[in-house]
Amino acid sequence: MSSATDALRRSPLDDRHRAAGAKLIEFAGWEMPVQYAGIKLEHLAVRRDAGVFDVSHMGQIETAGPGAQALLQHLLSNDVRRMPEGGAQYSVICNPEGGVLDDVFTYRLAESCFVTVTNAANHERDLEWFRRHAPDFDADVIDRCDEFAMLAVQGPRARGLLHELSDGPLPSRMHCAGRTVADVPMLVCGTGYTGEPGVELLVDPDRVGEVWDALLARGAAPVGLGARDTLRLEVGYHLYGNDLDRNHGPIEAGLGWCCRESTGFVGSDVVARVRAEGPEQKLVAFEMTGRGIARQGNAIAGGGIVTSGTYSPSLERGIGLAYVPVARAELGSELEIDVRGTPRAAVVAAKPLYSPPKEH
Amino acid sequence: MSDPSYPEELLYHPEHDWARVDGDQATFGITWFAQDSLGEVVFFDPPKVGTTVTKDAAYTEIESVKAVSDVISPLSGEVVEVNDALGDSPETINEDPYGAGWLVKVKLSDPSEQEALLDAAAYAATLS
Repeated sequence: MSSATDALRRSPLDDRHRAAGAKLIEFAGWEMPVQYAGIKLEHLAVRRDAGVFDVSHMGQIETAGPGAQALLQHLLSNDVRRMPEGGAQYSVICNPEGGVLDDVFTYRLAESCFVTVTNAANHERDLEWFRRHAPDFDADVIDRCDEFAMLAVQGPRARGLLHELSDGPLPSRMHCAGRTVADVPMLVCGTGYTGEPGVELLVDPDRVGEVWDALLARGAAPVGLGARDTLRLEVGYHLYGNDLDRNHGPIEAGLGWCCRESTGFVGSDVVARVRAEGPEQKLVAFEMTGRGIARQGNAIAGGGIVTSGTYSPSLERGIGLAYVPVARAELGSELEIDVRGTPRAAVVAAKPLYSPPKEH
Repeated sequence: MSDPSYPEELLYHPEHDWARVDGDQATFGITWFAQDSLGEVVFFDPPKVGTTVTKDAAYTEIESVKAVSDVISPLSGEVVEVNDALGDSPETINEDPYGAGWLVKVKLSDPSEQEALLDAAAYAATLS
């Protein structure tokens, strides 16, 4: 590891990761575990049983006060009024040009108190963006990044495992609730990034170690950022910086479902126009039909580019996401991807590429 | 995966490749450090028999879940045999990098090139 890692932020679980033999990498200014036992093994543990991810690099912004809802309605693409107390909502943050600044989950803790979870690389920019707009509304914007560690517990056995440790019923999908789990108070959220049942936990950094230990003691496998990436790609979830950025709008990214232009959010006029006129390109999921794995940045013959590409441990082939001209975005369209100079065949496929068995 | 090991009888290239030299022929593979850094190998497409390989130049690729990596030839020559078994079980490269996970056998064009390679102790010292 380079000496530059000295300047990186570390998770409160850093000692535990090192003791567990994790490989650590730099990610968005943090030093985080990329793998423990191996990406494939960890991936399959989440698909078949239960895994726990340290995602303490994620940022949190609290928005509170009488104008909190109005501020978020101005900044977030979704209709914040539709989120009940104890609800969760996915949205994008757009700039006035309709480009995506971040994609975020927001939890409504009370009528006028929200927590928005940001991507680590965007947290400071998001915070500045919220604060810049706050004076027009009667709302306080508070950086909570240092007050929350964050775990994701995912997999068919994840909720059962959490339930045994919890003082009350777990919130259902897209809901959140304050609970005490393994004797530690926390916010339990019915969200995730794997396509599996599960929860995400916002926990006091000084006590997250107790929760981590309790989860591992009950058989949850520690899972790193490597498997987090393969899991999210199998279900077609976006990664900001790869599949989303300021140069692409939510419509072309396939995120029109979380945009309610009628609310007048920043960038909504552009989003409405692109929705009405149709985008020139679309983000599609693809599967390699033969050998080889397309990677981020690989060009597609006739136009288009791969924004995320990896090996799918569930499907045992290369998969990914790519922006392609709309003419080639239809399901079943054959793509020829330039993989390091070798043309490789792929086909546009329906999302999710992998569906968990229904009995879960 | 097993613990780090760097067998004494092999010669090493600083780009994390090994060569087992036998007269004017050698077997090539990647080191324990290389396979550990790559993580689980998922594809290996060997070069064709007859391919010319050049010391210090890439001669094939190994694909892991995370990334694709060039494999550097520790010595120059012509490929005379490839490990076809890795096509169906590329994970052998992780499990047995110095044995069943060998990659190619090469007829050396200049066996004296091996004098530039490292012994196990010198290679291991580059890793710390």
